[in-house]
Amino acid sequence: MINAAGREIPADIQGYKQVKGYAGAFATRPPAGARKAGAKLKAVYPGENKLLNSIEEAIEAAGLKDGMTISFHHHFRNGDYVMNAVIAAIARKGIKGLTLAPSSFLDTNDELIPFFQQGVLIATETSGLRNKLGHFLTTNHMARPTILRSHGGRVRAMESGELKIDVAFIGAPVCDTYGNINGVHGSAACGSMGYAMVDSRMADTVVAITDNLVEHPLCPVSIPQYQVDYIVKVDCIGDPKGISTGALRVTSNPRDLHLAKLAAKVIEHAGYFKEGFGMQLGAGAATVAAGKYLREVMLREQVAANFAIGGIVGSFCDLLDEGLIKTLFDVQSFDARTIQSLRDNPRHQEYDCTFYANPWNKGPMVNKLDYVVLGATEVDIHFNVNVMTDSNGIMMGALGGHLDASAGAKCTIICAPLLRGRLPMVTDAVQTVSTPGETVDIIVTDRGVAVNPKRQDLQENLKHSGLPLMAIEELRDMAYELGGKPAPLKMSDEIVAIVEYRDGTVLDVIRRPIV
Amino acid sequence: MVKERLRRTVMYAAGNNPGLLQNAAIYGADSVIFDVEDSVAVAEKDSARELVYHALTRLKFSCEIGVRINHISTPWGYDDLEYLLPAKPDYIRLPKGESGDEIKNIDAIITKAEAEHGFEAGSIKLMVSIESPKGLRNAYEIASASPRMIAIAIGGEDFAAAIKTEKTRGNSFTGGRELFVARSMIVFAAREAGIQAIDSVFSDLRDEETLINEVMLVKELGFDGKSCINPRQIDIIHKVFTPSLKEVEYAQRVLTVFEDALARNSGVITLDGKMIDMPMVIRAERVLANACAAGIYRKEGT
Repeated sequence: MINAAGREIPADIQGYKQVKGYAGAFATRPPAGARKAGAKLKAVYPGENKLLNSIEEAIEAAGLKDGMTISFHHHFRNGDYVMNAVIAAIARKGIKGLTLAPSSFLDTNDELIPFFQQGVLIATETSGLRNKLGHFLTTNHMARPTILRSHGGRVRAMESGELKIDVAFIGAPVCDTYGNINGVHGSAACGSMGYAMVDSRMADTVVAITDNLVEHPLCPVSIPQYQVDYIVKVDCIGDPKGISTGALRVTSNPRDLHLAKLAAKVIEHAGYFKEGFGMQLGAGAATVAAGKYLREVMLREQVAANFAIGGIVGSFCDLLDEGLIKTLFDVQSFDARTIQSLRDNPRHQEYDCTFYANPWNKGPMVNKLDYVVLGATEVDIHFNVNVMTDSNGIMMGALGGHLDASAGAKCTIICAPLLRGRLPMVTDAVQTVSTPGETVDIIVTDRGVAVNPKRQDLQENLKHSGLPLMAIEELRDMAYELGGKPAPLKMSDEIVAIVEYRDGTVLDVIRRPIV
Repeated sequence: MVKERLRRTVMYAAGNNPGLLQNAAIYGADSVIFDVEDSVAVAEKDSARELVYHALTRLKFSCEIGVRINHISTPWGYDDLEYLLPAKPDYIRLPKGESGDEIKNIDAIITKAEAEHGFEAGSIKLMVSIESPKGLRNAYEIASASPRMIAIAIGGEDFAAAIKTEKTRGNSFTGGRELFVARSMIVFAAREAGIQAIDSVFSDLRDEETLINEVMLVKELGFDGKSCINPRQIDIIHKVFTPSLKEVEYAQRVLTVFEDALARNSGVITLDGKMIDMPMVIRAERVLANACAAGIYRKEGT
């Protein structure tokens, strides 16, 4: 079948649920009468002890068995020691056939490749794949194809019962002796626990792993004791250097700054830049830098935002302190400055991923966005965005909250250079649709800005902005003229991954490239 | 009426860096110079020449593109001209200019190349930078040596070295005092010859404050623009050269009464009781051209 994003989707995909094609950004809704899925009913009684001596003990106590599904959070990013250590322990116990469903993967998880080869792990469901692991899962046959979901889509899948977590392992920067957790204290402080909060609520068994065990009760509490089964104290759960990058510095790359400046100008003129607006900026170099230019515009025009959301960076915390943003909602904190702000500023609010992005609850924050500025690996003339596969068709990115924020925002702005090296980044058709064009409004490149023709209102608003407005086809032509039109990749028929839209329909499939 | 091309920023891009050649023009500089001189090591002179040639002939640029050649007294200067003129840059930028004869010499070579390749006669312009006391003494001679001349510039570091001092940050009033006289003399020579004056680069990218002070100073001295080495400096320089709304309004009024007087064939023109003469009209035009380029003013009907 051809889905609403124009992609050919097979009627059946081996190892995957019944295929339902993407039908439009808000076309597929919760089945009438469906109830939320949830964790098993369990009780801990007075006097019972949750503390265990080792990860191995916790694996036993959790009743982990062959074929189960386990989850982790990625708040520690490249400083994470927990996922690799737990899976190594699972392998030592001889457990096999697990599905690994973390909120995302990072470069450090390349260490997991042997466990896939040994059959300890046989499938993954996640939001992002990078580096060697991304390459491995694109080029090797797994029992079931990888399922890629946005942050919001992952919560929806859990709450609708499609993704059932048997055991969640939660790396806890601080944990008390009865299981209360937060992310702002300790040497492995990571700030918001937004993704882990969901896993703690939805998993049948929750194991907290901490290197910072404190007396009960902890304050403040992000993940409450009543969701936590077991607690394991280890020496170290993460490397602070990999968790946060000090104060995230604004890029000095002239091209990223140029894109950022154009994006800020789009925000100023597109029509929603009014006192009390809401925004999200992605964590890429250009999108973060857009905040710097936007600050100048906000000061000049005396316009403050009511809220900003998303992964939060330090420059947003500065805007919060300056009163240019009234409230921050933080699902993931990117740097030390942000962690400090979350800890100290009451207007900097931690929130979980369903609150952020789940399309099937009673209103995620993304629904209230006026603007979101996001990056892209490549875009096409239908405004489809690819953030998932590289020019060789290898998985190397993360859906993150990209398609959630794009669907929610009144104006979605995508920043991408027209060329990377010699490769055109505005093309006839992206390799993988990871965010559908119907939810994308404006594409900002270093050589021109294109407005989605369905948004004549934005086109009209930007007419006198002085921005270099062009048709998307002109941008493509310019890119092809400079870089040449790349030949299509040779792909096999084997589907190695499925890009689910946030509502659980199939937006695109990723096939194994023939290399 | 005088119609001058705006050259608030003249940005260098090293000729041996393909990525830079491809993207240098997208950052909004009024003019970009592909450099095969000082930013290119001796061992890469030939490859830079080749890259610049292909960039000029294959790519389309949204702004004026010049080429800084090696001086004709070096082993590369004449070869640079021979190789690069067929690619038809908008102008040749000669470093270390010292005499009118050099300019006439190069002018003749360009004239020949234009004829050979069927380019419009006089279409390739010249911009010369002055980097020594001798050059400064001959600044007017250089500026008026050829009708191709569009601007003279001061090479600050080299000039300071030539007079046995160094380029300093100075203060916000006089900038680096060592260049104070030289800068003014460059402006005088340029104005006498009826061409533009371009200031030297400011090379500390992190120090935006001194850059702003320096641009304010040279604008006040009469310079039309400033050379720069990084896209990050472009907006800062343009901002200083951008007229205030008050200046724009006044300029509009000057031009309105001037055009009105022309239409009525009236000799004496006044505005708010003050006489309006030709220099004020030219200044008003320049203010509006700057305002237009900065996007704060749009001429009616455009």
